[in-house]
Amino acid sequence: MWKCLHPYAKPEKSYQLAGKLLPWFIIFSAITFIVGTVWGLLFAPADYQQGDSFRIIYIHVPAAMMAMAAYSSMAMAAFVALVWQIRLAEITVIATAPVGAVFTFIALFTGAAWGKPMWGAWWVWDARLTSELILLFIYLGIIALYNAFSDKVLAGRAASILTLVGVINLPIIHYSVVWWNTLHQGATISKFEKPSMAIEMLWPLIIMIIAFAAFLGTLMLMRFRNEILARESHRPWVLRLIETDDAQRLQKDK
Amino acid sequence: MNPRRKKRLLITSLLVTGLAVSIALVLYALQQNIDLFYTPSEIIKGKNETGVKPEIGQRLRIGGMVVPNTVKRDPSNLKVSFDLIDNGGESVTVFFNGILPDLFREGQGIVAQGELINATQINAFEVLAKHDEEYMPPEVSDALKGLDHLKINSNK
Repeated sequence: MWKCLHPYAKPEKSYQLAGKLLPWFIIFSAITFIVGTVWGLLFAPADYQQGDSFRIIYIHVPAAMMAMAAYSSMAMAAFVALVWQIRLAEITVIATAPVGAVFTFIALFTGAAWGKPMWGAWWVWDARLTSELILLFIYLGIIALYNAFSDKVLAGRAASILTLVGVINLPIIHYSVVWWNTLHQGATISKFEKPSMAIEMLWPLIIMIIAFAAFLGTLMLMRFRNEILARESHRPWVLRLIETDDAQRLQKDK
Repeated sequence: MNPRRKKRLLITSLLVTGLAVSIALVLYALQQNIDLFYTPSEIIKGKNETGVKPEIGQRLRIGGMVVPNTVKRDPSNLKVSFDLIDNGGESVTVFFNGILPDLFREGQGIVAQGELINATQINAFEVLAKHDEEYMPPEVSDALKGLDHLKINSNK
């Protein structure tokens, strides 16, 4: 059943597939971003206790979710990279890390900006905030470790191991508000019961989550392609690609 | 799957499970210290699991719901006092001298940091508002009034 995936073990094939998928991801994320932002910021009703300030949820929650989603896809890729030693999986890990780090930073930053007016503090060392900060440090650690080695095979393996070690943090982040007393409130939508949010506020949030997911996919595909090109820069297929690209550009200039 | 891959699969799985177990044990051991705050019942009766009571003079955080009609403001300065309650039914009085957050009001969950002056009184130097995970338009909230939806999930 895995036969159909075999051609994509070749970097050239994967590069082309990512290139084909990329425009769809761009278009989809652009549309959902516009719809979600306009709906969430202009048409969704204000909250009964937080008023309009609650609207930062439309950035904060999707960013936090995608920070964790990016990490779980990295962990899966790292597992594949370590067990089956597929180089493209390592490339996926290292292509995703900076994107995930930025999403984590956005979640922390919007959280602080939200916390100041609502809770009365920019930062509180409660379990949810601290575990999210640790996620950011793990991301930075993975990036730093990868760049510390000049041998990229060794670097990929080290980064994959660190990624797998850090995956323990994901359930801690998710359940921190359940296991311990925290200032951060509990889960609103990612639970089994009915979401504790009015339906007219929930829809834009779901659309924003989809938009962030598509945006994450877009950035991952772009970085994945670049990373392949950087690693394979001396291979004949990359040289041919550059030549045809140059030729096309020359024709355009004429 | 060839034997080498099988071996790598085993090692990688062992790494992840071993780590998960050790972290779980660490967190279990630190359980009491990771809680951000005591609830009023925990201050009076001691922590749920261990029964350890905070000592007088100890700096701590307390989280609970502001009991309606207990907020007393001093008209000449910023001094304010109010009672906090949780599902356990015990209440603790908090004294504070400063500006309260916007979300502070009767029935709201809050977290205060301060010093325990006696078994049921706390001198706070910081008061933070805790809001719940429910979001709804004001009309819906008005319709729900009296159904007591303003709860605090402090006693899980």
